[in-house]
Amino acid sequence: MNFELRIAHLYPDLMNIYADRGNIIALVNRCRWRGIDVHVDEFSPDRTPAWDDYDFFYLGGGQDREQQLVAENLAAKGAGLTGAVEQGAALLAICGGYQLLGQYYRTAGGLTMEGVGLFQAYTVAGQRRLIGNVVARCSLDGVLLELAGFENHSGKTFLTGDGQPLGRIVAGFGNNAEDGTEGIIYKSAIGTYLHGPLLPKNPELTDFLLGRSLMHRYGKEVVLTPLDDCLEKEAHRVAVAQVRY
Amino acid sequence: MSAKIALARAIGALSSRIGHGGTTLPGHVIRFLDSDISRRLSRKISQGCVLISATNGKTTASAMAASILKDSGAQVTRNREGANLAAGVATALIRNSSLAGRPAADIGLFEVDEAVFPALAGQLKPRAVLLMNLFRDQLDRYGELEHIADMWLSAVRQLDRTTTIINADDPLVAEMAKLRPAASLCFGIEDSAAGGLIMQHASDSKYCTVCGHPFEYEVFFMGHLGKYHCPHCGNKRPSPAIFAENVRLNGMNGSSFDLVTPEWRQTVSISLPGLYNVYNALGAAACGYGLGMAAGQIKNGLEQFGAAFGRVERLKIGGKTVCLLLVKNPAGFNEVVRTLLIEPGGKNLLLALNDKIADGRDISWIWDVDLEALDGKVTTVTCSGTRAAEMAMRLKYAGQNTDRLKVRPDLNAALKVALAHTPDGETLYVLPTYTAMLAIRQIIHKHFQPEGEMGDLVWR
Repeated sequence: MNFELRIAHLYPDLMNIYADRGNIIALVNRCRWRGIDVHVDEFSPDRTPAWDDYDFFYLGGGQDREQQLVAENLAAKGAGLTGAVEQGAALLAICGGYQLLGQYYRTAGGLTMEGVGLFQAYTVAGQRRLIGNVVARCSLDGVLLELAGFENHSGKTFLTGDGQPLGRIVAGFGNNAEDGTEGIIYKSAIGTYLHGPLLPKNPELTDFLLGRSLMHRYGKEVVLTPLDDCLEKEAHRVAVAQVRY
Repeated sequence: MSAKIALARAIGALSSRIGHGGTTLPGHVIRFLDSDISRRLSRKISQGCVLISATNGKTTASAMAASILKDSGAQVTRNREGANLAAGVATALIRNSSLAGRPAADIGLFEVDEAVFPALAGQLKPRAVLLMNLFRDQLDRYGELEHIADMWLSAVRQLDRTTTIINADDPLVAEMAKLRPAASLCFGIEDSAAGGLIMQHASDSKYCTVCGHPFEYEVFFMGHLGKYHCPHCGNKRPSPAIFAENVRLNGMNGSSFDLVTPEWRQTVSISLPGLYNVYNALGAAACGYGLGMAAGQIKNGLEQFGAAFGRVERLKIGGKTVCLLLVKNPAGFNEVVRTLLIEPGGKNLLLALNDKIADGRDISWIWDVDLEALDGKVTTVTCSGTRAAEMAMRLKYAGQNTDRLKVRPDLNAALKVALAHTPDGETLYVLPTYTAMLAIRQIIHKHFQPEGEMGDLVWR
């Protein structure tokens, strides 16, 4: 049978600062190469997805002004998005998108921007920008991985309560440059500071998210056809080598 | 002052001799000895200084403007390409001065990095500034685009006796023209047929600079450059006094257009390809016009202009042509791709992606380039540079068959492979990032015996 998968790309024109659309390009191609019928729908602020129709939600990073616009718009959509994740939909949020899905963001001026509260995490403005190549170790479904990417953020994110980090920092700053954590994972939802873009050169993470998305649609595990990832692995190897100089 | 200038110059000469360019070291030395020196030396230049800044095109536009000024017989002093921070400008000013600080040139023409433009403008109080565009570039170094635009606005606000020459088609830059309209000279493209109706992915400034509502565009020329207005508050593109009509792009063979000013109109042909070079020529022409150059001088200066360092250089190597086209950010890369696609036939490409500090350590920007447009138009492609594998992977995800992709991180090896795969009589298009461009020029000079002059390898 031909599998099908539906992706909702939230705020693509407001939240695409570090070429975040590269992650969508990776998801779409890795579906097509396997014969999975993939649909991507884009949602600008004036549109709301039918939450049950989608298996994967994606939110990139944005500049301060755009992030503020999205924060205001997300307030009315938070419950729908959280509900979809509770039902098993996959989600990836990068940098500014990750911050907005936490509990709140406190700016340098002391203002508090309410978050969606999907992630048990909060963010406070930091003194300096955290910029550079990152390597983080994580375990997804029992498989150990080294994620490679690039970070550029001034917000410092701290996990609270049961919040589980996506990984542990090997090199770079991660969530807050203090506790060695990077990102967050809750059910099939991932928040992270790694752009780069992240998914093309971390194909195991991409396939983990695709697997969870298919499970959401079909209610059972769907085995993904293996792909030739030579080039992806080489790009990953070189990215990891950047931090070891 | 003379002892300081002598010391800085001696250090520069020594640095050149031991193989460094010597393009900024004297400036570092003199600024350490005397932090006010640039201001004082620049004041002595009889016809004053001009600063040129932009994300894309500042090197080419400055070289074009210099060509126009030289046609008028003026002695022009310039900073060398890439040496566009404060120390590079100080080095140029020292070179131009006698030990007593007397200037040799009549006018100073300096391309400056967009992040240092505000400080240098405050220091040099230039006679004119040419501000061409602001695109997303090296966020790891410059921070967010709007931050740079704000810095430019405050800097221009302080310049009460300067002619500001402004690209009307870039909404972020056009803001500067509103500060002192009487002292501003706007330029732009009027020929809507030269643009498109769809915004490229790499577009940056989509929201009204006054009220934040999305702009509406009648036409896009390049990234977010175009004819725009805000349907919400009425903010709109200023009408350019100097503009291009009847734009004809002849692929890699260059372009021609009708150049219109308040006083005259004439057809100008330039040998550099692509709409981005029409913008560079327009900026240089507006600069020349603002400085009082005649129509004939502007036309001659533009038409006699060849190419700026590594921007569009053609070399002959053993029966093949090598064409160097610098790429450094999504908007510029998109324009290079668009220009290449005007040429018929499959392309032989070498893409060299470095991630050194001058290139930007963050290479995510290549995912914002619309490389999907190359699908089906490429015969061979070799990927090189420190991040060759990422470039190759980007092309794979843009639809290129992996059998056609060669990955050779070493630039010398990559050039060999790419040339071997380029048939005799055809052109190899080399698209390097900044540091890869410098290295490739050196390698070609050393190992590939190009026919004819290559121009200065290291500007001195």
